[in-house]
Amino acid sequence: MSKDIKVNDISRKTEQFFHLDTKNLPKLPYPYEDWEDPPFPGVAEVKRKGKDISLDGILNVPVPAPQTEEEKEKLVAAFLEGLRKLLTVENNWPFLKPLLLSLDNCVRCNTCAEACPMFEMSGRAEIYRPLFRSEILRRIIKKYIHPGGKLTARFTGADIDLNWETVARLAQLAYRCTLCRRCAQTCPMGVDNGLIAREIRKLFSQELGIHPAELHEEGTVKQLDTGSSTGISPAALMDLIEFMEDDITERTGLKIKMPFDKPGADILLLHNAGEFLSWPENIEAFAIIFEQAGLNWTMSRELVGYDSVNYGLFYEDVQLARVTLKHAEVAKKLGVKKVVVAECGHAHKAIMAIGDRVWLDEVNIPRESCMVTLEDIVLNDRIRIDPQRNNFPVTLHDPCNITRSMGIIQPQRRIIKKICPQFREMTPHGVNNYCCGGGSGFAIMQSANFPTWRFTVPGRKKFAQILNAFSREELDPGINKYVCAPCSNCKGQIRDLLTYYDAWEKTRILYGGLVELIVNGMVNIPEGFLEWEFH
Amino acid sequence: MLWIQWVSYISVLIALIAMLAKVLRYVRAPQNFRWELYPVPHEKGRAEYGGSYLEELDWWSKPRHSDLINEVKEMLLEILFLKGVYHHNKRVWLFSFPFHFGLYLCIGWLFLLFLGAVFQAAGVTVTKDAGTIARLIYYLTVVSGYSGLVLTGYGALGLFIWRVSDSNQKAYNSFAEYFNLFFFVVVVAVSLIVHLGGDRDFAALRAYVQSLLTLAPARPPTAFLSLEIILMSLLIMYIPLTRMSHFVAKYFLYHAVRWSDTPNERGSKIEKRIMELLQKKVSWNAAHIQTGKSWAEVIKENKNE
Repeated sequence: MSKDIKVNDISRKTEQFFHLDTKNLPKLPYPYEDWEDPPFPGVAEVKRKGKDISLDGILNVPVPAPQTEEEKEKLVAAFLEGLRKLLTVENNWPFLKPLLLSLDNCVRCNTCAEACPMFEMSGRAEIYRPLFRSEILRRIIKKYIHPGGKLTARFTGADIDLNWETVARLAQLAYRCTLCRRCAQTCPMGVDNGLIAREIRKLFSQELGIHPAELHEEGTVKQLDTGSSTGISPAALMDLIEFMEDDITERTGLKIKMPFDKPGADILLLHNAGEFLSWPENIEAFAIIFEQAGLNWTMSRELVGYDSVNYGLFYEDVQLARVTLKHAEVAKKLGVKKVVVAECGHAHKAIMAIGDRVWLDEVNIPRESCMVTLEDIVLNDRIRIDPQRNNFPVTLHDPCNITRSMGIIQPQRRIIKKICPQFREMTPHGVNNYCCGGGSGFAIMQSANFPTWRFTVPGRKKFAQILNAFSREELDPGINKYVCAPCSNCKGQIRDLLTYYDAWEKTRILYGGLVELIVNGMVNIPEGFLEWEFH
Repeated sequence: MLWIQWVSYISVLIALIAMLAKVLRYVRAPQNFRWELYPVPHEKGRAEYGGSYLEELDWWSKPRHSDLINEVKEMLLEILFLKGVYHHNKRVWLFSFPFHFGLYLCIGWLFLLFLGAVFQAAGVTVTKDAGTIARLIYYLTVVSGYSGLVLTGYGALGLFIWRVSDSNQKAYNSFAEYFNLFFFVVVVAVSLIVHLGGDRDFAALRAYVQSLLTLAPARPPTAFLSLEIILMSLLIMYIPLTRMSHFVAKYFLYHAVRWSDTPNERGSKIEKRIMELLQKKVSWNAAHIQTGKSWAEVIKENKNE
């Protein structure tokens, strides 16, 4: 049935364009061969609150369902206006060149489809094919933007109808991609379907104000207004820090005062604020390592300065630039020598790669990945580590933003190979990794039935990869195992995956960051920093 | 001049203009944000596993070493052998590689015809009995011509059949895709019929190119050769007007986006270009954006509802 869907059908006036049948999803490996996914849940009207979910019945981007024909026409016109702006230098110079190149250059060979975990793990559902989404945009541009497009539409294949259904479903399709860019990596032309998905998100956000609340209102807006997307205020932050300092003393006997707002420090460490709430042991571990290595470092309690998150990366350029500029200003004000980005993949990309074009002139302060800083500490024996303390099976998840988009591959491997005797790679790994399934903001989206979709479709590949990293014997729940995920969003997604599939009970796979493993191996603190408890 | 010659001149002229327009479209596109994708082949010692200079401690304080030889090697593997398609889509590569390699040979064939015409215009006849260089041109023309036509025809036909028969593919093919490949098949078929059936060493075709070069009116000796010349002229004109000239965009996609990892430094050209672009006025309509203000102002103000 899925194969019968054609690109131009997207404008069809049906209540739901595609129904995901969980019976078509690929089987999971041992010990989940008999796992049966329950039928995909619907969304109750009370939760929909007038939102359109006519693509596939999944709610993660709140596209308002218009009530009248007039409203529909108005929204279609606004979309078209936004699309025109997307193709202008004035409004879209940051990504105009990559966008035009990706729009112009596709030869429709579908090589991208085989690289896409979303497409594969949906049971090859046509609407999740990378080309499907891009083709809708291309055809709309050809027919409705290019001069004479309507006349040549039949010849160019662009005979698509631009109605409200097309617009609404395109918005939803833009949020059925984790922006992992695996498709772009395999495209013989270099076309980037991930970029196109992000550009569609941008159009909807910057022109129509349509974006998932978790990214905008609860994300960048809250971060710029209150200091962090978690809602942590500077005062609340200091309470949490006090708790963490006590916890460090309790667990290790070390008395550490975490440095804040230290002018002229060598390093400003930027954490994803999600760690303060969900994984304080990660913050503690960084503090232990940096203090024990004798680094001159600081954190900031300035608004935005204690949260490296930048959800703008996932959906638009204005908020992206606003947040990364705040990070730059905080670093400038403190007069630090460099900024080190802690374990957060998208923050790496926003601050280091995107920041490269926004941190200009006097705020162009050097930025470095924590993987590199930590490698220097561990490999040069600036702290003493006994690898036997980490003598359990460990595998490593590669965050897409750190690896595929930035080429930081080996530092984390050199660390983990030195401190974990039973390290093994996932297949594939490094620059060819698979996304955790929580990329592009999916990991923090909790609305309605979206989490179930996130676990069963995009997350399915990573879950299978994690299981396959261990032998059948090792998957015995009597053996402790560890998935190292040095990225806050990936870690959240892996936590949710392990919970959804009940993997802690069934296989005793624990997840966590890299610094926790380092501290767990440090000889001058008591054994057992890593607590084998799932949370 | 004869009308058929006008067709050839105009076709080449339109092709050159269209190609130039395509190049300018990307050259003139503004400085973009960094959006590279690894592996990047000029990362010395790191390209093999997809690493970057960002793996270096205090990377900004150290010289960056570019491996241009590896970059050129990757480019050649991609251009000549379609390495990416080979690794990720072997079924398509079986047709796409001969098609593209055949096209390169055909380009070489056209160049050799042109070179032979220059020689003949200068009074040096290009035959198998000519002097060393003219004889070399003669044989290379024959070899590149037939091998190029056969490989291009095989590839185009194979790709056509693949597009028609692959159920995953059909929904994404436009009429233009079929037409483009069919056009190639027809041109190759007509060319092979013309030359295998008469003008076996391309002497008549060379004479026609010579007439174009010397602006001398000359009618092709047979109607079939005239048909080949018209079809080939139209094809040369048509390619740059379509996505078939994707090699232009591919160059920019790789060099301006995918492999573009040059960091911005204070006072650099990149910084200057970005500073200028930040003065552009924004006209996005969402409530959190100050329409009418410059990018520089918009990203410094936090206007959130």
